[in-house]
This record gives sequence, C-alpha cells and structure tokens, in this order.
Amino acid sequence: MTAIRVCATPIDLASEIADFFARNEGAGAIVHFIGRMRGTDGDARIVAMELEHYPGMCEAELARIAEEVRARFSLDDARIVHRIGRMTAGDPIVLVATAARHRREAFAGAEALMDFLKTRAPFWKKEHFADGTSRWVEARESDERAAQRWVLPAESTGVKGRVDEEAP
Amino acid sequence: MTQAKTGEIELVYFAWVRERLGRDSERLALPGDVDSVARLIDWLAAIDTDHADALAARERLVVAVNRERAGPDHPVRAGDEIAVFPPVTGG
Repeated sequence: MTAIRVCATPIDLASEIADFFARNEGAGAIVHFIGRMRGTDGDARIVAMELEHYPGMCEAELARIAEEVRARFSLDDARIVHRIGRMTAGDPIVLVATAARHRREAFAGAEALMDFLKTRAPFWKKEHFADGTSRWVEARESDERAAQRWVLPAESTGVKGRVDEEAP
Repeated sequence: MTQAKTGEIELVYFAWVRERLGRDSERLALPGDVDSVARLIDWLAAIDTDHADALAARERLVVAVNRERAGPDHPVRAGDEIAVFPPVTGG
C-alpha cells in the first residue's frame, strides 16, 4: 500500500500524520519527514518560493518511487505529499511517511523516498528574494550522490538489497 | 494536453526553459530526418534565437519522451509528447 499526492494548497500536517497513524495499526514503527521552506539563503532573505511540476509525469514518478521503496524496505506503507505553487517561508514543502514492523526500515525508507524524490521527480523551485530578484534553484550534486548510495552492488546480480546490510 | 495530429509532436517546457522560450508548449510538424532526441534538440535550437538561447546549455537539459526520461539516442516519432526541462529540484 502506498499513496502519493501533489497539492496546490498548504499541507495539513496534523491530519496527514493522524491519518497515516490510523491507517497503519499493524506497524511497530512510523517515520515522518517534513521538508520546510527556508527564509534565507546565506545573507539573502527569501520572501516566496514557487514550485512548478510536470503534471502527469510527476505523479507517475512519485508513485513509482513510493512503490519501489515500499518493496525494497518491506514497508507496510509509504506516502509522499508534495506542495506546488507559491509558498512563503516556514511552509511545509514535502511530507514523506513510512510504516514498518521496526524502526530501521522505517527510517531508511523515509531517507530513500527523499533521495529518490529529489533526483527523479519533475519539480522545480524558484526563489523570490527580498530585493525583488528571483532565481531558479540549481540541482545539487550532493543530492545525486545521496540517491546513488541506495543503488546496491547486489542489484547487478538481481539480489534485492537488505536494509541491515546497507543502511547508512 | 491533447493528442498531436499525425506528423506532429507536442513539446512541453518547464522552469527556465519555459521562461526563456516564452511559452509552455508548442506543436510542431516533425521533419522526416529528425528521428532521435539529440537530432530533435539540434533542430529545435535552429528555429530562432529564443530556441537557440533556451536550448544552448545541452548538458543542463533533461528530456522526457511520453513522460519517461530519454537519452540522446532515444527515438522520436510523430505523436510523441516531448518535455524539455532543467535538472529537477523538488523536495
């Protein structure tokens, strides 16, 4: 079981967390990660951010990521909720949730969801600064490296990686 | 997005590619010799200065054919939906 959602309105954290908790009664471990909009970049103050996505491809990619991570870490459930449109400092941008029998799979699964999302899902951020300028955020190589660490040598032999062998 | 007519492709653009082009999509007749992603980008870049400018930094462009990421040798056919965008920055 997995679920993904792209929403143009603010993410309701309390109801998302409560809903995921209620739906996963059998899980011994639940992890949530919330990515939040920063109000500064170095000395520059960011007043707003716009998040653009590729409708259709984006949802399909998020669904693939959620299912891939669920299967890989033997999760009971995985959820991705991502905001689009214009937002301001402090707003939640993304929420991922994992439910598993034990915490190690839940933590690792949440990290893998974020690493894959950041490198694969077609979203783009544009920052608007206090001085009236704006710029598209550049992709970071560190995000690519973070996603690569989930590609296990075992995969080339067709053997699924296990979290107790490869968790960071 | 509606289905392109026979012989046409639907192009969709995002982020700074869209801004530099001044449009989020366009429908173009596909020349017979444009049969791969690499050839398509070369052909598009030759249309006018807006296209040339938006598509200049090839190493910073990602292409998706029918909503799947596609490398330079990936085939391009009439009826395809082809997206051109920068590396993704969500999350």
